[in-house]
Formats: sequence, structure tokens, C-alpha cells
Amino acid sequence: MSHPDPGFVSMSFDSDTQRKIVSHQRTWSPYVDNGGTVLALAGRDYAIVAADTRLSVGFSIPSRNFTKIVQLTDQAVLASAGMGADRQYLHKILRSRLEIYRYQHQKEMSLGAIAQLLSNTLYSRRFFPIYAFNVLGGIDANTGEGFVFGYDAIGSFEKVKVVCSGSGQTLVQPVLDQQLAGRQKYDVPDDQRMASLSLAEAIELTRDVFNSAAERDILTGDALELYAVTASGVRCERFELRRD
Amino acid sequence: MLLEQDFQGFSFDLFLRNQQLLRRWSNESKERIENVLAKPPRKTGTTIAGVLFAGGVVLGADTRATEGNVVADKNCSKIHYIASNIYCCGAGTAADTEATTQLIASQMELHRQAVDRDLVPVAAAMTRLKHYLFRYQGYISAALVLGGVDELNGPSLYTVYPHGSVDQLPYVSMGSGSLAAMAVFEARWHEALTEEEAKCLVYEAISAGIENDLGSGSNVDLCVVKNGGRAVDYLRGYAKENVRVYRKPTGHVFARGTTAVLAQELRKYVQVTRVVSDL
Repeated sequence: MSHPDPGFVSMSFDSDTQRKIVSHQRTWSPYVDNGGTVLALAGRDYAIVAADTRLSVGFSIPSRNFTKIVQLTDQAVLASAGMGADRQYLHKILRSRLEIYRYQHQKEMSLGAIAQLLSNTLYSRRFFPIYAFNVLGGIDANTGEGFVFGYDAIGSFEKVKVVCSGSGQTLVQPVLDQQLAGRQKYDVPDDQRMASLSLAEAIELTRDVFNSAAERDILTGDALELYAVTASGVRCERFELRRD
Repeated sequence: MLLEQDFQGFSFDLFLRNQQLLRRWSNESKERIENVLAKPPRKTGTTIAGVLFAGGVVLGADTRATEGNVVADKNCSKIHYIASNIYCCGAGTAADTEATTQLIASQMELHRQAVDRDLVPVAAAMTRLKHYLFRYQGYISAALVLGGVDELNGPSLYTVYPHGSVDQLPYVSMGSGSLAAMAVFEARWHEALTEEEAKCLVYEAISAGIENDLGSGSNVDLCVVKNGGRAVDYLRGYAKENVRVYRKPTGHVFARGTTAVLAQELRKYVQVTRVVSDL
């Protein structure tokens, strides 16, 4: 019997091909997205690293108080969205690497060095990536200026002033671009676009965007953890978000 | 064809079809191909529930509508009108629950006029719903909680599943939050509930869904049908406990010139001329 369309005629396969087709159906999926939003933004003399504390699997909430943030030094704080298990693993190995560095060099690792260490750690798993989307924030130990770094899962990173990752990224990043990075200011030179917010103003903005994300992103909510890094140290604050 | 003879159990012929299509559409855009090959079914999360009490029935629903992980509507209405003595909560695809309940509401009014009575039986609505959904073999994604009061059976409460099966129970729940809601019912329900106790119980059940199910959220709506079907309390926004916690005190200020003027053309006036054709 011939089909009018020759593209559909040859539907018979030898046994080897059939076995391949069947084996194709058995897939191994070691990754889970546990949701949540992380954010980092830098000012003249501070950096803010913030994240919500909800851990979700599908439509369930296994934990309302699961931190996505780790304080690495007195000048650097890391937040990771993505998979909870991979996040804990990554934070643990970074902390131990920094501890070894402290013993070997009798000093804290600089923010730039930590940024590179994180990139190397992620790239070392190039073909079985750690499912974590990181934002690193801190201050330069010499100048006291705030900086943040944004990463993909396999170590590509960029030094920026404001970055957001995770399930609320598409809601939050455009607001930060407009309010902080001045992306709409066409007639202003590149180096003058960044708004200079005080730390208090930046905390207000961070709380506001996380509340907005919790309104419209079902995976973001419960509470906001906010780390403020300044020359006088790291301060952690916690704010409630909606829980539905 | 060889495949039909050799394969037992699961059929993977859609995989073969997809391979063929991919080869044929090697020039098509990735988006178009994905759209045709794997169109994901739309699923909406919800918590709906109902409880019978001596004098009537209480229905409840949350008010969140979702598209994937995004909240599409923070205060939608999920308790639909069927007849003056019958209401119906809908879970599943919003368009399906609305279209289905509107269709049956229309049929119930025609039926009421045909038999020349004040109230139609709840069982009539249930029967029409289950026949309609069964005919579509589950492709109409409507999971319903139907409740009302009539002269024939008094207070009635049913669940109607998308494939057309029906349960008749004293307390029911449906939707992605149905487990959370049913957990509350199993812990707290008892026979001889008063109207106020029944309202409280349904409120607690819907709240459990709102808190613990990500597909459900925002407010609790209740609907009480009582007094032989001649009184209805439709309590839209019975509880509004999930509100935004914080807002930036100064708001978001957009400085003048935030959006640059890239080109400008000024005209003093435009002359409009009307041309009337002879045709």
C-alpha cells in the first residue's frame, strides 16, 4: 500500500533501531528545580545579597525556612537558586576550600579570588553540572566598593552591579535594570547610568521586588533573607513574605 | 507495518512520527516544531470543597488562577451559578469549567421552564454534567463540586470528575489542593454540623489548600445554599488573609525623561477631508 505522501512511507525499522528507540524512553533525570529567587546588588560602599526561603517540589512546599545564602567571608556572601541538594553541596565545598585557604595563607580570600574559585568549581563539573544559579556579592577589601557577580550553572560569570536569578528572575530583573542600572536612559553616558542608592534605600527596593515576585511567582515566598555587606561587617535581616 | 506486529505494551509510534516530521521540517523554526510536536497540556491549580449540613450545603473555593508558575489572576471566581438553588465549584482548565457550567446553567433554566417548577433537582444538573463530560472522554478538563438544595432530595452534594464519574458524599474536595482540604475534613468533620460549623470547616479546608498547595492561593470564597433552596449566601471574599506584606514607602519614581524622546514631529492641526464616492 502506498501513502500519498512519500515522507510517511518508510516506517519499518530493523531490530537494532527498534531497541535504540525503546532505550531512548528510559531516561535518567538527576535534576530537580526547587524554585526560589536570589538577588545581589552593589552600591558605592555596600553589597546586598538576598533570597527567599521557600523550598518547593512541584506544587508542594517541603520547607518554608530553607536558606539559599551562605556567608563565605566578612566581605563575601553567596546565594544560589536551583536545586537544593546541589546548592548545599556547592556551599559546603566552597566553605571548606576557603577554610584551607585561611590556614595556608593566614588571611581571607579576596572577593575577586572567590569569584574565580566559584567559576573554576562550576566548570570542573562541565559535563555533569551542579544545578545551581549563583549570585555572589561583596565589597572590595582595598577600596570598600561593592560588587556582585552573576553566574550560569557551568561557571561563566560577569562582574556587574545588580543581578537576579531563579524562578522570579523574569519578574525582578527588568525592574532592577530600570530602577538601578538606568537601562532606559538613552542620552546618559554608560558610566553615569547607575543610580546611587543609600543602603537603606537599596534594602527598601530589595524588599519591594521580593514582595512583588511573591505576588506573581508561585515558587517564591514565605520569608526574605537579606545580607548587607559593608566595611563594618555582614548584617543579616529577615522579613516575612506571603505564604500562599 | 512491522511495528504493529513486533511491539507489545507501550506504543512509541508518536516518537517515530516526530522523527519523520523533524526530518521533513529541517528548515522550520525550532519554536514552530516544538509547538506542533509537544504542546503541553494546560493545568490550573485549585482548591475547591463542599460540606452538607442539616439545612443545606456549603461550597468553598480559593481565588488563584495560574498559567504554569505565574499567577494569572489573584482574585478569580470559581463558584459558578447553575440555578437559583444550585451552585458549582470548578477546578481544571478555566475555560472548560466556565463553558461547562454556563452550558448546564442554560439547560437547567430551560428545563425549569419546561416542567414549570420553581426549582430544578440538583440530580438533574449532575446527570447533565456527567453525560456531557463522559461524551468528551476526559478531554474537557473540568473537575467539579456540585451542591444545592431541592424539593426532591433536600441538600445534595456531588463531585463530577473530568471523565464523567460521580461521587455523592457528605464532604468532598477537588483540585490540586484537594489532599490538604480533605485532610482537614477527615480530622474535623462530624455528622450534625450546624450551618456556622459547616462554613468554618469549609473555610479551614480551603485555607489549608491555599497555604500548602502552590497551585492555590489568595482568598476564600464561600457559597451557602439553604432554606429548601430558596436562600443563598454567596460570600465572595469570605476571608482575605493573603495580602502583600510590604510596599516601598516612596513608591517607584520615574524621573522626567526616563523614556528618551528619540524623534519628534509637531503639527499645528490636521485637516480631515471627507471624500464621498458616487458609487
